[in-house]
Amino acid sequence: MNPESLPRPYPRRTLLRTAGLAAVTAPLLSACVTSAGKEEKPAQAGGAKTAENPLGVKADAPLEVVVFKGGYGDDYAIKAEQQYTAKYPQAKIDHKGLQKVGEAMQPRFVAGDPPDVVDNTGAGRLDIATLVGAKQVTDLAELLAAPAFDQPGKTVRDTLLPGVIEDGTFDGSTVTLNFTYTVWGVWYSKSLFAERGWTYPKTWAEMLALCETIKKAGIAPWTYQGKYAEYINDPLLTMAAKAGGLDLVKAVDNLDPAAWSQPGLKQAAEAFAELAGKGYIMSGSEALSHTEAQAAWCQKKAAFIPCGSWLESEQKEVTPAGFDMVMGTVPSASSGDRLPVTAVQASSSESYLVPAQAKNRAGGLEYLRILFAKESATAFAQANSTLPAVAGATDGLTLTSGLGSVRDAVTAAGPDAFNYRFRTWYAPLAKAVDDATAELVNRRISAADWSARIQKASDSLAKDSTVKKYKR
Amino acid sequence: MRHGRWRFLLAALVPALVLHVVLVFSPYAQAFYLSLTDWTGVAGEANFVGVDNFVRLGDDSLFLDAVRNNAVMLVVVPIATIGLALFLASMLNGRRPLPGASAYQIVYFFPQMLSLVIIAVLWGFVYNPNTGLLNSGLRAIGLDGLARSWLAEPSLALPSVMAVVVWSSVGFYVVLFSAAIGAIPKELFEAAVLDGAGRWATFRRVTLPLVAESVQVAFVYLGIAALDGFVLVQVMSVGPGGPDGTTEVVGLSLYRTAFTYGKFGYATAMGVALFFAALTLAVLALRWRRDEVTA
Repeated sequence: MNPESLPRPYPRRTLLRTAGLAAVTAPLLSACVTSAGKEEKPAQAGGAKTAENPLGVKADAPLEVVVFKGGYGDDYAIKAEQQYTAKYPQAKIDHKGLQKVGEAMQPRFVAGDPPDVVDNTGAGRLDIATLVGAKQVTDLAELLAAPAFDQPGKTVRDTLLPGVIEDGTFDGSTVTLNFTYTVWGVWYSKSLFAERGWTYPKTWAEMLALCETIKKAGIAPWTYQGKYAEYINDPLLTMAAKAGGLDLVKAVDNLDPAAWSQPGLKQAAEAFAELAGKGYIMSGSEALSHTEAQAAWCQKKAAFIPCGSWLESEQKEVTPAGFDMVMGTVPSASSGDRLPVTAVQASSSESYLVPAQAKNRAGGLEYLRILFAKESATAFAQANSTLPAVAGATDGLTLTSGLGSVRDAVTAAGPDAFNYRFRTWYAPLAKAVDDATAELVNRRISAADWSARIQKASDSLAKDSTVKKYKR
Repeated sequence: MRHGRWRFLLAALVPALVLHVVLVFSPYAQAFYLSLTDWTGVAGEANFVGVDNFVRLGDDSLFLDAVRNNAVMLVVVPIATIGLALFLASMLNGRRPLPGASAYQIVYFFPQMLSLVIIAVLWGFVYNPNTGLLNSGLRAIGLDGLARSWLAEPSLALPSVMAVVVWSSVGFYVVLFSAAIGAIPKELFEAAVLDGAGRWATFRRVTLPLVAESVQVAFVYLGIAALDGFVLVQVMSVGPGGPDGTTEVVGLSLYRTAFTYGKFGYATAMGVALFFAALTLAVLALRWRRDEVTA
């Protein structure tokens, strides 16, 4: 759901190479099955814990950092490494900026020889739920309780935006910290709306009325990234969450037997079925990739597009001057909504973790403490026009129209930032929801069928004893 | 002397045998073993679960969609490709080749030189419902009514993908069949013409029986290609594999199960099933050929 995790084409060669790798490492694997899995790492001799060194870093222990080198590059991570060496000059840092983090790290996890910090992000990342299930990740509680690197009087936990810790929490222990903060909403061109005298709607009824006006003006009201149905899912599920509140979200994530027939979800499904039924979605959208749909939107062929807060940086090259894209929050379903209209679906990504079998675990935690410092986060925000997960990191910066609107949305939402967890917990359910929603907005199934078939997928997952379950 | 010969034989055979065992047999054996476990792909341990993974395959509706789609491809792709390739090859060769035949032969081969991923991306553009070449072409000649959302309509998505499979492979078989037709002695064609055979009769009675072996080889190759289809579907289709599983193929299910769902054991079971399907296909095709030869 973040820009790096979008489905991307994989050449067969990659598949074969990976399969070949699995095949070649298989003899080693069977050895691991009996040995490495049970092998206990000797408890490393850490340094003494002091106020200056709250995590007990051994000053001369080498540190290996593996970073996903995607849209954000890895300069920000290298800067944090320089800070680390400034503090521990004897530590030798081995930095790797990779594109396929999962492929490179998988054999090392299996062999029990992982690096000290991994940024498990990008299309080829390892499934985090699987890593957690295999006990390959360190509980970060100690880091969260440690004093923040450059904000005296605060712990690391205090410095993070709402939901960041929850996003990285599995079974009560926080195992990943996500560095970027993503908010989902509906995007439009401020200049286009000003020119036509349109106002961004607060309720779904207003949205439908405005869509009628926009359609009459000869512009398609909505488009979406049809090739990947999760994009149109986001506003639908956000609307449902606003209607039904956090209880609705929790029921969905906990695989409740009646989760998908909750009124809020049905209402939202009907709303989007109506949007499609009235012809407010640009024809052909259903077959467009994210780049094609977003390009059409930038050419003002459609007025609204659902997307996460990465949209502005993703569209940097193709956005016409004066387009002034801004993100609006999803309109409320009705006046009976349990959450205010300002509530946003938000989650963090770019997930940093410290492997359980890391040789320099304390160093890994200390590195994250430095990376999640305000100074480092502000530098990141400036370089990448992306909101980092550290609160207040963009204070005092001059922001672009898109990022500014995202920050304002986060501020307006306050504590009403929520997130569905099922996407990370249960990938097969995410697939079932995407497929059903694509059918719904193409008017091939009704809202009732939509909820029935997702419920069926949710139920069968709940019954599947091979899938690890989480509760919230 | 005898002793020395054995030593020589062993020295010559063992290295190759060891390589073969390590690089070919061992991966297969490991895959068979993994398909009976719940390995996650990242854990150091894998628990033996017996045939559970194979039992699950029967209840996995997406996997069954994939099997159905691969079965459709298995029937349509070889027949369409071989039919088209035979037609083109016999037009370009034989008794009365069309003018410019050799140039055509080169042009038909072009798709073969492109990477499959590039072909998929290009055809993705062609099928774009709003700006794609196909719909724009239809609209340009006034056939607006035929313009479709090719890859997003459940009934058209798989045929659209199969059309690309045929398009990309037909050139290779034109060349293969051209070579086979070229090897037929000219006298046979001349005799047929003297006997008053037309183009169709010549093709049916002379050309086809004499290139039958090449056609059978083509069936095996194309059958195996039809059991794959991963690259085109992954790059072109919506979802991918959609809409709603209508272009799902076994390779895609396997890939998603392993790398998105973290179920390498189950994914390996899919791979093993696919392996047996391909093996059965090859055995059947070769058996059929032997029966024909002996019959």
